[in-house]
Amino acid sequence: MPNKTFFWFFLPTGLAMILFIGLPIISTGIQSFYAQHDQVVKEVKKCDPFGCTVSIVVDQEKTSKIREEKPLGKFNGFGTYVDRNHLAVEEIGNFWNETNSFGEFVDQVTNLPFYKALIFTLTYCLFVTPNVLLLGFIIALSLNAVTRRIRGPLIFGTILPMIVTPLVGSLVLFWMIDAEGIIGANLQMLMDDPYLSLKSSKTLTWITIIIYGIWHHSPFAFVVFYAALQTVPQEPVEAAIIDGASRWQRVRHIVLPHIYPVVTFVALISLMDNFRVFEPIIGFSAEGSAQSLSWLIYDNLVNEEVILFGSAAATSMMTIVGIAILLAPVLIRTWKEFRTAR
Amino acid sequence: MRETNMRKILISLLFLLFGTSAYADCNIKSGSINILANDFPALRTFVETAKGCKGSADFKVTHSSEHNKIAVPALTANPSEFSARIAANSSIVPLMNQDLIRPLDDLVKKYGKGIQDSQLITIDGKIMAVAFMANTQHLYYREDVLKELGIAIPKTYEEVVAASEKIRASGKMQYPYAAAYKAGWNLAEEFVNMYIGHGGEFFKAGTAQPSINNAKGVATLNMLKKLAGLSNPDYLTHDSEAIKVEWESGNVALMTLWASRSGTLLDDDGDAKITAATKLTGPATVAGGNIPAATLWWDGFTLAKNRSDADAEATFRALAHAAANKKMVADAADQAVWLIEGFKPGPKSIGVIEAVKMKAKPYPMLPQMGLMHGALGSEIVEFLQGKESAEQALKDVEAAYMSKAKEQGFL
Repeated sequence: MPNKTFFWFFLPTGLAMILFIGLPIISTGIQSFYAQHDQVVKEVKKCDPFGCTVSIVVDQEKTSKIREEKPLGKFNGFGTYVDRNHLAVEEIGNFWNETNSFGEFVDQVTNLPFYKALIFTLTYCLFVTPNVLLLGFIIALSLNAVTRRIRGPLIFGTILPMIVTPLVGSLVLFWMIDAEGIIGANLQMLMDDPYLSLKSSKTLTWITIIIYGIWHHSPFAFVVFYAALQTVPQEPVEAAIIDGASRWQRVRHIVLPHIYPVVTFVALISLMDNFRVFEPIIGFSAEGSAQSLSWLIYDNLVNEEVILFGSAAATSMMTIVGIAILLAPVLIRTWKEFRTAR
Repeated sequence: MRETNMRKILISLLFLLFGTSAYADCNIKSGSINILANDFPALRTFVETAKGCKGSADFKVTHSSEHNKIAVPALTANPSEFSARIAANSSIVPLMNQDLIRPLDDLVKKYGKGIQDSQLITIDGKIMAVAFMANTQHLYYREDVLKELGIAIPKTYEEVVAASEKIRASGKMQYPYAAAYKAGWNLAEEFVNMYIGHGGEFFKAGTAQPSINNAKGVATLNMLKKLAGLSNPDYLTHDSEAIKVEWESGNVALMTLWASRSGTLLDDDGDAKITAATKLTGPATVAGGNIPAATLWWDGFTLAKNRSDADAEATFRALAHAAANKKMVADAADQAVWLIEGFKPGPKSIGVIEAVKMKAKPYPMLPQMGLMHGALGSEIVEFLQGKESAEQALKDVEAAYMSKAKEQGFL
């Protein structure tokens, strides 16, 4: 496609992307550098049905004047980024000096909310992404080998987890693993432990969410791989059969190299999706045991009675940076391949 | 056919008899009313009563348990989405902090006939809300279970622990105690109750500096952990609705729950045997304290600032009609502890009335309390899971609170 045609072809999408993705990111970025003005409080008498007390309120007259002058708030630079609820630079420094062993230091650091969330997010990514690729590929291969007559219904059944809304899917599983649910109760019987609860143990909660993630994301990988499998040329496969190659050898040396670009694509999308893991935490009510970066943003925006825009913005920016770092190796590799191909 | 006609005639007759008096001051000609409220039966009754007084004004209402998440953004817009917000001690604070609600003095003077002085929430001499019901968390118990095992009705949390252990030892129930310990707002609320019961203060007097990392804080956490150990192991995922279900399935014999939920526990739905044995008592005290480990709450209405005066007037008239409505209070005496004149407390209001008698403290209406509540909800979880010490958990709460308070300009 000539560059000029491509430009006009891309223009509407590009504009929409700038308007709906680019500008909000810039606005979030700016927001993350600001904090609220110092609150001017005053002592007043408060009376309610249970009696009167002297207590403090925000002095609206003075506050509104400051707010009008500087509606964005107080410039805070990277103050929010480095505070205890985010990168906690100062606290980590203190831990390093105060703790006696490296294990103790790690314990202290992983007790900080941002690092706690980061660890869960990365663990989720590292376990879910490869398993999604593997499972998706295996299902695609198996379904490709099935007789055409029953393939339709089978494909439909396979992509069902993706069709189910994530929140609904996780809620269904949440109820099933309840101590009185079908899975929970049977596990108790199998393990012969009436106190076994998948929801109360941190490790078991993580495992549940990861299994749910694999279940939910595999169909996507499967659909893309299945489509790619249809484009594998038959001649080399037949030639390999005549040469006596086993099924595994055919997959390893003919099918995989052929669909390799698609594998990269699915890996990229999965990584991005998984890094933003959020719905299962809400669906499983797992806030106590598992927090992700996206959950931290949600928590700052809705769980507080006071909305912490600065905190939420800072975490959002760091999530974007995190995704960029995760994707960098794959992107660099693709770019190199693209250059050599030209 | 004939029956419906008969009913129509009867209803018209009833309107003729009672309608005139009830609608006398409901002559609202214009304006639009849009209310945001939490979702439980008493509030539905209240808003429905206000609707009966809308005259020719537009009337819309949003009942949502997610009301806290909508309120500030919706009232910040100008004109704001809602003309009124039904708030409580804690949820009025962010509205005050952001200057989103208007003083009601003039409207109360003009249209507030029948509203009692005790219903008025005044801050710095200005009326900011009109309360209409009170709420608290208190004990519920299974009379049959306690009687069978010869256990007296617990008055303190120490007795609750002892009673629960006895019930567990008897083999009747594995997890005899329940309270809404869901990580987040609910769990933090339980901490607030228990800490106040220990006589604790959340901040250094007159400042926004936290002061919970002390012996009372540790004792509070230890008591919460003891109670958690007697609850269903999934307690960190259980909110008020979930423990209500546990109760109705007969898995629980002692429970701390909101008074406003008593109506749904004692209605005709569910196992009649359990319903009959469900009894209410006041909130428990703890650690030899005099005041109960519970907080008093009021629910009342506030009016949005960013809305026209005409809308505010129409909204106030409709809501004031409900906030001074003796008929509603008589009809719905079971649904809540109404603060409205003419309310005769029934058996379902024992919890709140006992709490007031025992001089329970109201939930602290401080500008920075929401941040403390938020920090508590996430930072004490690991202590309950046995992953860190009480001191460490309280240190974490203070640290998390301090960063948030700095960002919000309180420190």
